[in-house]
Amino acid sequence: MKKTVFLSALAAAGLVASGAMAQDSGSSTLAAVKEHGALKCGVNPGTPGFAAPDANGVWKGFDVDLCRAVAAAIFGDPEKVEYTPLTSAVRFTALSSGEVDMLARNTTWTFSRDVDLKLEFTGVNYYDGQGFMVPKDLGVSSAKELSGATVCIETGTTTELNLADFFRVNGLDYEPVPVESFTEAQNQFLAGACDVYTTDASALAASRASFETPNDYVVLPEIISKEPLGPLVRHGDSEWGDVVRWTLNAMVSAEELGVTSANAADMAANGTENPEINRLLGGEGELGAMLGLPNDFGLNIITKVGNYGESFEANIGESTPVGLARGLNALWTEGGLIYSPPFR
Amino acid sequence: MSNQNTTIAFVRDNMLDQQPAPRGQVGMSKWIRDNLFSNWLNTALTLVSIVLIYSLLRGALPWIFGGVWDANSLQECREILSGRHAACWGVINERWQQIFYGTFFPSSEYWRTHIAFVLLIIAVLPVLFDALPRKLLWLTAAYPFLMVWLIWGGSLWGPLSIAMGFVVAYFATIGAGRYMGSGLSTLVGVAIALLWWFLIGPAIVGVLNDTVPLFALREIQSRELGGFVISMIIGVSGIALSLPIGIVLALGRQSDLPLVKAMCIGFIEFFRGVPLITLLFTASLLLNYFLPPDVVFDLTLRVIVMVTLFSSAYMAEVIRGGLAALPKGQYEAADALGLDYWQAQRLIIMPQALKISIPGIVNTFIGLFKDTTLVFFIGIFDMLAAAQAIRANSAWNGITWELYIFIGLIFWVCCFSMSRYSQWLERKLRTDHH
Repeated sequence: MKKTVFLSALAAAGLVASGAMAQDSGSSTLAAVKEHGALKCGVNPGTPGFAAPDANGVWKGFDVDLCRAVAAAIFGDPEKVEYTPLTSAVRFTALSSGEVDMLARNTTWTFSRDVDLKLEFTGVNYYDGQGFMVPKDLGVSSAKELSGATVCIETGTTTELNLADFFRVNGLDYEPVPVESFTEAQNQFLAGACDVYTTDASALAASRASFETPNDYVVLPEIISKEPLGPLVRHGDSEWGDVVRWTLNAMVSAEELGVTSANAADMAANGTENPEINRLLGGEGELGAMLGLPNDFGLNIITKVGNYGESFEANIGESTPVGLARGLNALWTEGGLIYSPPFR
Repeated sequence: MSNQNTTIAFVRDNMLDQQPAPRGQVGMSKWIRDNLFSNWLNTALTLVSIVLIYSLLRGALPWIFGGVWDANSLQECREILSGRHAACWGVINERWQQIFYGTFFPSSEYWRTHIAFVLLIIAVLPVLFDALPRKLLWLTAAYPFLMVWLIWGGSLWGPLSIAMGFVVAYFATIGAGRYMGSGLSTLVGVAIALLWWFLIGPAIVGVLNDTVPLFALREIQSRELGGFVISMIIGVSGIALSLPIGIVLALGRQSDLPLVKAMCIGFIEFFRGVPLITLLFTASLLLNYFLPPDVVFDLTLRVIVMVTLFSSAYMAEVIRGGLAALPKGQYEAADALGLDYWQAQRLIIMPQALKISIPGIVNTFIGLFKDTTLVFFIGIFDMLAAAQAIRANSAWNGITWELYIFIGLIFWVCCFSMSRYSQWLERKLRTDHH
């Protein structure tokens, strides 16, 4: 989602410094996590619905659930997570240096991050895209009518580059109002310093929901970029990558198969007619052992954290203040993109 | 008397009572006329200022004092205000603990930070005010160990063992001093202290903790610390450590020994030349590349070390300014009295140099305290991070000013007290009675 030149430089410097050291510990992250007794998970220091500590200092959110699910898979206990709040500038360096074992921090999967920064994305847990929000008074119904508009844009992010591309392709001109942070952007936009506020559609929705008069603002229908957000780990430890990847897949498969936190224990105890459910819950096969996990890791994830849909609805779904529709993040059977390879 | 001076026509023999100064020459009205309306330019500026201040206050005061304290979410605030423009202090009312104690500090252990804070005040007072009994200084010396125990918890044996290291080093130095020179015996003392801290102490503490844990408190991990507490821990440790290190560096830079001088200059110029945020990144991220994977080096400790090194480099230069301002005669006078180097520094040079440097020293302290907010970028949940986390909750999403004003107020109170203290100290130490 966000990428600054600074962080690339920092991450690159870090990687050069590490050079061939490239994580001795990396070859056995799972063993290190088990020995440490807790998963070190890098999260966003505060994004509504995705990651934020609540009034009691307990981390909650859609990305946080992924950390909890991985901990549940390894230890059978979703509370065995040490959260490290990371700004977008330091997240990759923190992962490369081993300060955290995985990132679940709404990070866009891009070529250069995957290849050049030597990180491994282990799936997509939220398909986002960049959108526009305008005041209703502006009388605009499409982004293509925005010629000559002033746009609040966070500097040094991919959204800034996407914006330039979009306006160039459509032959429109605009005047950027550079801002430094999400909060500043929100305040500037509300104060009328810019006509348009652009960032990821999920953030726009969350931001709009917090306005005093949300109905005076509209999010335009155009989505101008692909922002697949997902968890990531370091290059060079495929076993650990598999653990994170199949934890996410287990949550998705559970939703596909109709397994929920309410009925999973029952299904595991009594077995079902569907062999894939049995394999997912550890009743048949040795899938857990292949990952180096307990065989009931899938059961632990689903009973203690929930399936993908449950996590979505509880944190960012339409019943929450963030109020996001499933959209692209519906199951593939329901017209979305969420799809898990089979548990076999 | 009068018959001797008959040529004099009139002699006043009773004094007139003193008259009050004419109205308009005293009091408020004169002050106002002299300072605000002395000429047309001043008059114009005054009127413009009055209009500006009035329009500011007219907006700000109702906003501040008309605010809502009793609400559990921003939506609730807005309903209560029903369109009126005023602050929503409910967020402070509901979440002030997170800003003070940090987001993750267990609420059942808040009392420990209270005791630590009260003890801090008591420990600092005898340092700040020399009218207080000198015996309190023992508490000051013991405070760092008490603080570590109170905040991080665990058994008291650990901090005691660290403190014992100093005692061991002291007696080792004295003991070795009988057989060798003072330089060599200091080295022996340091070596024995290190031996104690890294080998003997941990072994004994391990056994003691297993058998008779002393006042064991619930352990708090460093990542559970945050808010004002972490700012205080980093700020106070940095301040307390950077002054002595800064003095040593400043003296080292003036030294005649080329090696010492070169090392001090190298240290000072390196740490002054690097931004603090770079040092913090190094502490939190890059250090991991160089440490073995199983070495756990507490993040808070790493940050305190970096902040201390950074500010002691600045401190050294401030004190060097004080040293340079002393007339050469003071050094020569010390020599003429037959004082050795350390006596001269302790009795003649340093008291004067430090006095001259007070504004600069306090300036550095205030800067250091405010710089503690930078730890936000390496994942420590200070007050600003706590504010961001509060805003990320759906109940308080969209609130900005109230949180930042509150945090700003906390910083202002701390920095302003430091500034007032330094002014008081300057007045007290003033010897030039002009």
